[in-house]
Amino acid sequence: MSLAQWSITVLWIGLTLYVLLAGADFGGGFWDLFAGGTHRGRPQRDLIEHSIGPVWEANHVWLIFVIVLLWTAFPTVFAAVMSTLYIPLTLAALGIIARGAAFAFRKASDQLGQQRLFGAAFALSSVLTPFFLGTVAGGIASGRVPLGLAAGNLLTSWWNPTSVLAGTLAVGAAAYLAATYLCADARREVEHQLAEAFRRRALVTGLVLGAVALGGIAVLHADAPQLFDGLTHRALPLVISSGIAGVASLLLVLRRRYLLVRITAALAVTAVVWGWALAQYPYLLPPPARANITIAAGAANPDVLWATLIALAAGAALLIPSLLWLFMLFQRSQHGVKTP
Amino acid sequence: MIAAAASPIDLFAARQQMGISLGWHIILACLGVGMPALTLFVEWRGWRTGEPAYQLLARRWAKAMGVLFAVGAVSGTILSFEMGLLWPAMMSRYGQVIGLPFAMEGIAFFIEAIFLGIYLYAWDRLPPRQHLLSGIPIVLAGVASAFFVVTANAWMNQPRGFDLTNGTVTAVDPWAAMFNPATPPQTIHMLLAAFMVSGFVIASVYAVALLRGRRDRYHRLGFLVSFTAAAVITPVQIAVGDYAARFLASYQTTKLAAIEGVYHTGSHIPLTVAGVPIGEQLRYGLEIPNGLSLLVGYSPNTLIIGLDRVPVADRPPVGIVHLSFDVMVGLGFGLLVLGLWLGVSWWRRRELPRSPWFLRTASLSGIAACCALEAGWVTTEVGRQPWIVWGQMRTADAVNPAPGLLTGLVAVLVVYLVMTIGTVYVLRRMARYHQLAAPQEVDAELGGAW
Repeated sequence: MSLAQWSITVLWIGLTLYVLLAGADFGGGFWDLFAGGTHRGRPQRDLIEHSIGPVWEANHVWLIFVIVLLWTAFPTVFAAVMSTLYIPLTLAALGIIARGAAFAFRKASDQLGQQRLFGAAFALSSVLTPFFLGTVAGGIASGRVPLGLAAGNLLTSWWNPTSVLAGTLAVGAAAYLAATYLCADARREVEHQLAEAFRRRALVTGLVLGAVALGGIAVLHADAPQLFDGLTHRALPLVISSGIAGVASLLLVLRRRYLLVRITAALAVTAVVWGWALAQYPYLLPPPARANITIAAGAANPDVLWATLIALAAGAALLIPSLLWLFMLFQRSQHGVKTP
Repeated sequence: MIAAAASPIDLFAARQQMGISLGWHIILACLGVGMPALTLFVEWRGWRTGEPAYQLLARRWAKAMGVLFAVGAVSGTILSFEMGLLWPAMMSRYGQVIGLPFAMEGIAFFIEAIFLGIYLYAWDRLPPRQHLLSGIPIVLAGVASAFFVVTANAWMNQPRGFDLTNGTVTAVDPWAAMFNPATPPQTIHMLLAAFMVSGFVIASVYAVALLRGRRDRYHRLGFLVSFTAAAVITPVQIAVGDYAARFLASYQTTKLAAIEGVYHTGSHIPLTVAGVPIGEQLRYGLEIPNGLSLLVGYSPNTLIIGLDRVPVADRPPVGIVHLSFDVMVGLGFGLLVLGLWLGVSWWRRRELPRSPWFLRTASLSGIAACCALEAGWVTTEVGRQPWIVWGQMRTADAVNPAPGLLTGLVAVLVVYLVMTIGTVYVLRRMARYHQLAAPQEVDAELGGAW
């Protein structure tokens, strides 16, 4: 593999982790939004808050990682994406602010009115942010972002059938991941009613997500033939794996195997993220955009790629044990320990 | 809708948006660097002495830190978006040159986030010694990430480590870019500023409580620890500031000329305090004869390069740069005097100064430190204009040509206004009702996460 390929692979790993981890956090917000009235929804909201609380900042850092690596390793592509997709990315950025701040504020407020206000801001932005990020992915994948500064259409580059499909899938995947993760969290906390509630949600979202994905095939066929071609040829094994993992997840949820379903649900989503990459390989900004660009052509100077990859490898040596410790501490369920 | 070129309004909007979001984040970032060290210090004292006041301080500061960190994390993310949303031409050409420190900053920030999560969540789940140790990576990573980010800003002042052929970067030495000549003065100055801001901001909260008659050990310690830390750093910061200014005299003469309002190159240049630029002269200021020449080269014969060496189009706006520099220096010396006041009183009587004016002034020290921080930042950023990358790329050429940046500015203004109100409100409530939890904490009996 070339240095450029290594770089995009590392970037894509970061993107996958962002989708899986932060996606689930966004999904938590989705379920917060649909948890029902203040009183009835309280137990669900508490569970969501407890599950997200200590980890969402760490999960969120993967996005920064992706952005920084994109501008370092593929600077012209970064500039093209950010300038053409200025509108959805600004909206996503504002959504990220609103979500993070509102979550922190809600946790730290004790009055019902404020909790409602901050809670609504948190939940709403949790749904809108992944949608806009999804439209960005759709715009790139359907070849609507050309190289150059704001060289693409500022509206139709992200407001088009493929983008709307990708946005919907992003929201759906987030909700689905969160529902499956929350099943296990609820069961660990011996909240059987909650576990059942999230089980129902996981089943419904799983089915809806599958249906949207199937319908999406038609959308892509009409709107993004090149992407469709990639997905049905080179990336076909991954697309099929995603389908299998999706069906397996549904069966596992039905049988209440909540820990296994975490793996299969994550696999189903991962396969889509890598399927997209494979479908548009070797392009970073694929045609039909006139000024399209490949991974090799868009890569930064090799000295930069070397330095960055080495720095990241050194960083990973520090990060991985730290992350493992974090997750281990939190996964241990400890009852009766009160933080004053 | 296809972009043409950025209108002057959009350029203005982009600069304001970047300014507002950076100016907002810089305070949070400083608290994120400084507060963990102070919190760990009081936790350590509490552990060693068993004194409840210290232990309580550690808990309270940690909680506030949690809220500030959460808000700082998102306000920092926005900046990485804005680098591309607002300045894509700069990133397109130079993104790879300054990418390395940002990648490292990402790792440092990640470590900070992880250990902050552990530190806040596991307070009662880890033995005290382990818990204290779990806080150390927060301090180190905070300092490291501030260092990395500021190296990139230093590079914008002293761009190094790349070859340019026909507007395309050909060879890159990312290490040379990172360790450019402006890196030492800028990073040291920034890190010390972070500790000063943190110390004085916390101190001013406790000064208000002391003024209101809450003179118990908890409040006195809270004030003394934070204020002393900041006061001790202040004279060091003034010396480093002098070094940073002298650095400009050799490396970025135009910026120094704008800071001091020197229009004409020459020796025996006076130091002008305050004043407004009218024509090619600072008027109505207090002039200290030979002052600047003496400060820069310790001799009145020292030659100072004036703005006349560069075309008018390449000059930064003198008025704002000069004024903000004076505000920074003035506030810095004011804080120095305040620290000396406490020092003298403590040396003579082991007690806070008797005059209520001490605490009244100290309760403003946090705001003063933040204003000095902002003023210093305006000095260095506006003093670099009209360049975004000094001598290489103009700010006007770096901006996103997409129309409608003004709308983005309005949206950002609204969101930041709401976020400011929310942060202040929540922190005030947390100070009053201590059972409220920080966002990373998991209260009660549930303890799950994915």
